[in-house]
Amino acid sequence: MTLTELANPTKFLALTARVLPWLIASTAIVLLIGLYQSLTAPDDYQQGATVKIMFIHVPNAWLSMFVWAVMSAAALGTLVWRHPLADVAAKAAAPIGAAFTFCALVTGSLWGRPMWGTYWEWDARLTSVLILFLMYLGLIALWRAVEDPSRAARAAAVLTLVGAINLPVIKFSVDWWNTLHQPASVMRLGGPTLDRAFLIPLLVMALAFTLLFLTLHLAAMRNEILRRRVRALQMTQAGREAA
Amino acid sequence: MTALAALIRRDIRIALRVGGGALIGVLFFLSVVVLMPFALGPDLPLLARLGPAILWLGALLASLLTLDRLFIADHEDGSLDLIAMGRVPLELSCAAKALAHWLAAGVPLIIATPVLGLLLNLDLAATAAVALTLLVGTPALTFTGMIGAALAVTLHRGGLLLAVLVLPLSIPILIFGVAASEAAITGPLSFGAPFSILSAVSLVSLVIGPFAAAASLRQGLD
Repeated sequence: MTLTELANPTKFLALTARVLPWLIASTAIVLLIGLYQSLTAPDDYQQGATVKIMFIHVPNAWLSMFVWAVMSAAALGTLVWRHPLADVAAKAAAPIGAAFTFCALVTGSLWGRPMWGTYWEWDARLTSVLILFLMYLGLIALWRAVEDPSRAARAAAVLTLVGAINLPVIKFSVDWWNTLHQPASVMRLGGPTLDRAFLIPLLVMALAFTLLFLTLHLAAMRNEILRRRVRALQMTQAGREAA
Repeated sequence: MTALAALIRRDIRIALRVGGGALIGVLFFLSVVVLMPFALGPDLPLLARLGPAILWLGALLASLLTLDRLFIADHEDGSLDLIAMGRVPLELSCAAKALAHWLAAGVPLIIATPVLGLLLNLDLAATAAVALTLLVGTPALTFTGMIGAALAVTLHRGGLLLAVLVLPLSIPILIFGVAASEAAITGPLSFGAPFSILSAVSLVSLVIGPFAAAASLRQGLD
């Protein structure tokens, strides 16, 4: 099914109803494999067992940026192509992305206490991720501030695209500034510097988190479509009662 | 060209006349700066050390609070619809309105900076540095703020949502503004680097702000 065929909400609901159980199952399987690999990974020579927070912290951080990128694509879909389900996708993704960002900040903070001696540091990477979290919250506030969802969609789309400038800032903040947060070890020119014993569980957990996002996103999109149907029905009934 | 000049002239005249919209911003700036010594204690060296940051925070909050005047007043009496329907592209009209807003509300803040610098025990060099960074940074604050102002124009209870939307976007301006001021005062780190980035952010916002604001206004007005 092409994107244009999926623009029909009924077809979308039918497709996701078939796909979602498989997605949930594969998410659970990959997550279990990833957790097993993370727990049986060796201890780091410097950090000991604490290094295993990385297997939760890094996928959360990657997903927090990925979700904003997905929302930016959806925003383009709303503004440029007027795709009917693009705003549903954007609205459903925002709270999920905010949750991933929050988990990244919290797990990073808990990792920072034993490693750096502090729960928080105002360096470039942490500050820019905190700004990303604030922008997620502002975006959710904007969605809820406008009564009509399709009008809120275009305002939110503009804000999403303006906020997308934060993504390269976050990615390159460890290169541009002298930060406490360590520089890039995986997505860099010259390949990952992480040892295989840590890289494999990390990538499996990243895949698991991506599948988790996909599952939650499709489920949230279904809920949003149903919510809008309920709203339309309520308005029709209110109109009928007023007549 | 004359249409834009007329728009700028109109906005400045309204800002200077009705309800003191422009000078209220300066009064708020003054209030914030005066409140700081009450909170921090009258320790003059401490105030001098924190001076650039206090002045920048005051300017940020003052420009944030005057931002809702940018579009909402015109939206309420219907002139925003006329401006949007005119022959001048909406992007240019938004840029003209933001320029007028900066002239009426931002420049008085810069003019007030030397006086407030005296209150905070800043010496001449420090005050000049802060005033220069404010001169370059307040257009950035206005032009990024107008994105939030355009988004909030159709919300009747705009107020705090506008502030929540605009604040994350103004954080980089604040960071570089204060970094440039402090570098000019205390020395070892270069003044040129943060100042150049601040100027760059200003120039980028001069372009992106009007386009984003016009897009938001179009969806809000139809």
